[in-house]
Amino acid sequence: MRIALFTTCVADTLFPGAGIATVELLERLGHQVSFPRAQTCCGQMHLNSGYEAHALNIARSFVEVFDDAEIDAVVAPSGSCVAMVRDQYPGLVARAGDLRLQAAVARLVPRTFELSEFLVNELGIVDVGAYYPHRVTYHPTCHSLRLLRVGDAPLRLLRAVRALTLIALDDAQGCCGFGGTFAVKNADVSTAMLADKMRAIQATGAEVCTAVDSSCLMHIGGGLRRERAGVRVVHLAEILASTEAA
Amino acid sequence: MRNEFAEAARHEVANSQLRANIRNATHTIRAKREEAVAEVPDWEQLREAGRRIKERTMRNLDRHLEQLERSVTAAGGVVHWATEAADANRIVGDLIVGAGAREAVKVKSLATDEIGLNRALAARGIEARETDLAELIVQLGEDRPSHILVPAIHRNRGEIRELFRRTLPGNEQLTDDPAELAEAARRFLREKFLSAKVGVSGANFAVAETGTICILESEGNGRMCTTLPEVLITVMGIEKVLPRFADLEVMLQLLPRSSTAERMNPYTSLWTGVTPEDGPREFHLVLLDGGRTKVLGDADGRAALHCIRCSACLNVCPVYERTGGHAYESTYPGPIGAILTPQLTGFTQGNSLPWASSLCGACYEVCPVKIDIPSILIHLRSRINREVDGYGGGGERLAMGLLARAFARPGRYERAQRFGRWLSRPLTREGWISRRLPGALGRWTDVRDLPAPSAETFREWWAQRR
Repeated sequence: MRIALFTTCVADTLFPGAGIATVELLERLGHQVSFPRAQTCCGQMHLNSGYEAHALNIARSFVEVFDDAEIDAVVAPSGSCVAMVRDQYPGLVARAGDLRLQAAVARLVPRTFELSEFLVNELGIVDVGAYYPHRVTYHPTCHSLRLLRVGDAPLRLLRAVRALTLIALDDAQGCCGFGGTFAVKNADVSTAMLADKMRAIQATGAEVCTAVDSSCLMHIGGGLRRERAGVRVVHLAEILASTEAA
Repeated sequence: MRNEFAEAARHEVANSQLRANIRNATHTIRAKREEAVAEVPDWEQLREAGRRIKERTMRNLDRHLEQLERSVTAAGGVVHWATEAADANRIVGDLIVGAGAREAVKVKSLATDEIGLNRALAARGIEARETDLAELIVQLGEDRPSHILVPAIHRNRGEIRELFRRTLPGNEQLTDDPAELAEAARRFLREKFLSAKVGVSGANFAVAETGTICILESEGNGRMCTTLPEVLITVMGIEKVLPRFADLEVMLQLLPRSSTAERMNPYTSLWTGVTPEDGPREFHLVLLDGGRTKVLGDADGRAALHCIRCSACLNVCPVYERTGGHAYESTYPGPIGAILTPQLTGFTQGNSLPWASSLCGACYEVCPVKIDIPSILIHLRSRINREVDGYGGGGERLAMGLLARAFARPGRYERAQRFGRWLSRPLTREGWISRRLPGALGRWTDVRDLPAPSAETFREWWAQRR
């Protein structure tokens, strides 16, 4: 398949490992991966912070970059950014009343996927041949869970990873408290939510907490580092890209 | 613009007793609701049916309200129209005075709390006595409700015992046994029920075709208020109307399971006008607009009016779980309050509330009439930024504008990445920043490390690789 990677601005700038792992994994599975260089961001932060006009401009350039007949699928290592495209773009461009943009979004929506749902639901693969000899717990991020409904796709992928010990997280579906600018605008509430999430993670005894979103991992990981908790955060793509050879 | 919610929340999250009370209560009801809903094989179809009934009703609200007025009048009731809260308060006060009464017993009602009826009546020398147990606790403690359905959710029984010993005469020996506490309230309330000439209620639903008013409660005290007094006054928001009696079939399945996790509601009272020799001799229905028609004018925000006040969204909300209801400073706390309060008040109150959410989506998932609360929160953030006041202030507006410019052009974006890396390099250790940063970022670095822009971005890696 010809797959265009949407690496997301967060992974591109702050966590390139998630993007690199996505490329390596998809290529290992025999797919042709491209990285349209003109891509930047999906506009979620602007929309969710109340700057709809800016978000529309960013969405317009996103659509321009990825609305390409040569691409079979757009894949991103993020549930949240994909949910922005699939859940929010249709309404956003409809309110703008741009019919050509609406048509392009309608073409793009059914071809845009978060990595784990793409592997399990589109490619029908659960065992990607990964090897990861660590104790891991999985945090289902809110947007992958409730907007994309990826369900147990990430867990199925993790269960098939050799040498990996998967430990269930208590109150797993509770939000970690990130929520974009929520983390600074309502810092006290966000911190209270993060504290509960970190407590649950530490209770698992895992070395690694994984998820499908770099942004949520940035929040959880930032908290765990500050506490010297001895648990690190690793994007799911990086676990799936790991092999015995590497 | 001040972030009133964040300021109030700072105080509430530090209250360990409150945190424990609310965490216990919400986690218990959450689990029960899930079980009660799982029993219904067609729950999703029921939700969709509920959503459609509400959407259709709102489309012709004027027509349904006029039909309701005709039906209530034909059944011997009197309909009053109130544009503003003050109008409704004046109408109710006049009716009580006209009945020659100085006091009234009340059914638990959000609409009358929204308009501040008790305060308005007190100013005219009329005592309005709350009879719902939790509302009574709130009223005796001169407290504020903190939950739509369980107004005293922030109190535990030890606190209630102290309150009753202090405020209800003859209870000096009271223990904190729930049955004893309920008995003390019962003895106090019975006298009120038997002596009150006027009862005041809200409405869960009002059926346009029959003129029937419907309330749901768990104690039976509401039924006392609606049957014993000679005069009954119901105050309802205009969005509570349902076109057909058959619509109750859907709503009476959705509401109890979503609110109290009950299969069937314990006390469901329906009445139509007045009936000779049975119940009140006079019935008045006060139809309250209170900003609702303006909400109806916003196509992207109006679904907030579909709410049937079940409070499921409060019980699953991770923000509400940490702050409780008082931080919202509104009759309507939690996710639904965050979209109702600013809209109902015409953006004069609660403008910080749409930001009081991490947009986790748990509220939308449980809403029995499928109100897409997260999308409305996002919509209101943009509206408030645009129409009222740049909520984040000039600094945020500037930063967002600059970022939007960077994101619009890949060249600018790449320069911004390099600039960010250069700027953060002196602070970066092992890829993270642990020092306290100035401004808004400081509220991140107070408690969390911040990832620094990577020494090699993904796109640099990609270019290198080709």
